[in-house]
Amino acid sequence: MMPVSTITSPGVPLLRDNIDTDTIIPSREMKTTGRTGLAEGLFAPWRYTDAAARVRDPGFVLNQRDAIGTRLLLVGKNFGCGSSREHAVWALMEFGIEAIIAPSFAPIFKGNCIRNGLLPIELPVEVVRGLAWQMVSIDLADQTVSAGGESWHFPIDAEAKAMLLEGLDAIDLTLKMKSAIARWLGADRRARPWAYLEKSK
Amino acid sequence: MGHTLFAKIWDAHRITATAGGAQLIAIDRVFLHERTGAAALRRMAETGRSVLDPARVFAVMDHIVDTRQGRGDGTLMPGGESFITETRAAAQAAGITLFDVNDRDQGIIHVISPEQGIVLPGLTLVAPDSHTCTQGAFGALAWGIGSSEAEHAMVTGTLRMERPRTMRVTFAGQLGPGVTAKDMALALIAAHGAGGGAGHAVEFAGEAVVALDMEGRMTLANMATEFSAMTGIIAPDAKTFTYLAGRPHAPVRFDDPYWATLRSDDDARFAREIVIDAAALAPMVSWGTSPEHTIPVTAAVPQGPERAHDYIGLAPGAPLAGTPVDAAFIGSCTNSRISDLRRAAALLKGRRIAPSIRKALVVPGSLAVKRQAEAEGLDKLFEAAGFEWRMSGCSLCFYAGGEGFPEGSRVISSTNRNFEGRQGPGIRTHIASPETVAASAIAGVIADPRALAREEASA
Repeated sequence: MMPVSTITSPGVPLLRDNIDTDTIIPSREMKTTGRTGLAEGLFAPWRYTDAAARVRDPGFVLNQRDAIGTRLLLVGKNFGCGSSREHAVWALMEFGIEAIIAPSFAPIFKGNCIRNGLLPIELPVEVVRGLAWQMVSIDLADQTVSAGGESWHFPIDAEAKAMLLEGLDAIDLTLKMKSAIARWLGADRRARPWAYLEKSK
Repeated sequence: MGHTLFAKIWDAHRITATAGGAQLIAIDRVFLHERTGAAALRRMAETGRSVLDPARVFAVMDHIVDTRQGRGDGTLMPGGESFITETRAAAQAAGITLFDVNDRDQGIIHVISPEQGIVLPGLTLVAPDSHTCTQGAFGALAWGIGSSEAEHAMVTGTLRMERPRTMRVTFAGQLGPGVTAKDMALALIAAHGAGGGAGHAVEFAGEAVVALDMEGRMTLANMATEFSAMTGIIAPDAKTFTYLAGRPHAPVRFDDPYWATLRSDDDARFAREIVIDAAALAPMVSWGTSPEHTIPVTAAVPQGPERAHDYIGLAPGAPLAGTPVDAAFIGSCTNSRISDLRRAAALLKGRRIAPSIRKALVVPGSLAVKRQAEAEGLDKLFEAAGFEWRMSGCSLCFYAGGEGFPEGSRVISSTNRNFEGRQGPGIRTHIASPETVAASAIAGVIADPRALAREEASA
């Protein structure tokens, strides 16, 4: 995964609450078992007046001239609620989004962001609203968002921050603890035999 | 100070802290489905990694399988067949147990996991599916993750986690007649918001929860994700152990003293407590485009976001009951089990759905549920009432580009999500209990199932 450090982009506002992953990438746009080819389907229900023919809705914010090439989305609370589909994150990233600022995120979506290098930033709703169309600078190492001469600190879990900054793969990291896991499993198998299964079929 | 049920299970699975300050949590079961599991299996194969303990990893075809009788691998969703064939090949290569399209034990992931005794009290179980919290009804710590995390869990037997806070939602008192677990879940979300549970593992407790059968408990826990909670959990009791004992992957007896420890201690403290008067609840129906847009069936539509009113076509102040519906759906991991079907069937017996209903489906949660229902004659009863009787799967809980409801339909649905477009472009969804779906299908308008039940009782 690509490391994340600083991002500078106009903040494109899509300030609706409870935007769900079905809207971010509808099930009908998930056409293969891979992680690519999803950007075209991003926000398909809102972005197109005719999704099948890909006729764009000029009123939708991502179709506006000022939004072209944006790397930063500003959204409402509980962003990414609903289905766990990681395709929502893959679609946003393939479209070019590198960070999302929201008053809150749905938990599975937020975890999916961290595992893929999309930076989820939580700031109060007034701050998020105030960033609309401003040139925003994000510094992950300092945990700051700056715009118009002002600056705000954002929280992020230490492990998530380290993984994003260094572009680390979680599985590779955990596999380094393989022997500790094996020891734990050996003891656990004796303590909780019912938790282990024999391959039957 | 005592410990919560959540803390007991979490602490028992904590292997170590990670260098970054997270916790490495052991995962006892991983369950995949063809829609998001295929991506996890594919990446695992591409990176040359393998499953640590294949005996504890399961997969099922449920999300986009055809639910018409006589089905095969073909899907009504264009291109859907590749998800099925790739998942099958990848599951075989990985050596994991697969419940295939027409296996006798096939069904919706969260319906078959308990049927097979795969979920057990005290276990950690994850799946790349947001409704994995359903299985918390058995006193397991069960939660939904993404495909990358599913790969992590399969390959390492663990997940790197931040510990969530704890919340207890107590349903005090008893439910009135015609009010169900679905109404409990919807009432909680309506009162505390679709983001109300964020950052928390929620324990459901109280007299009304204890009184639920296992299937009702699953319905309640199922919608913890619509509350944005990490998961929902219910302490196991005699009902739980009786349900699971002797199932294919479960112990024959639950006589180890360990099982009795799986409850929150009396003096356990929760970071947050919510108490709801169960006796005051009514059948609930969603009016808008978020599960938090839900009201008692007897109430008028409140003022909500303008966009939600526009999409759903109901103005503030309009009564919800009496709104014409065009379609009805009974199914999904929320409400597709045998007791759900029995309760809906009891209201439909000897009646017909309104002529204005253009599509009405019953989709059993598993082939085992289907066989049981057929043994009881429920299939004939649903068909006589005007419903189509299907094979099991997720079906039209969501629109995948294949089968859909007639254009512009307003659907009364026993599912869990009423998002814009969830059941198809422009389709307007009202989520409710199976009873409310049945009563509304008969009336042709959103209807209070209690009126029908009273009619039944006095007849």
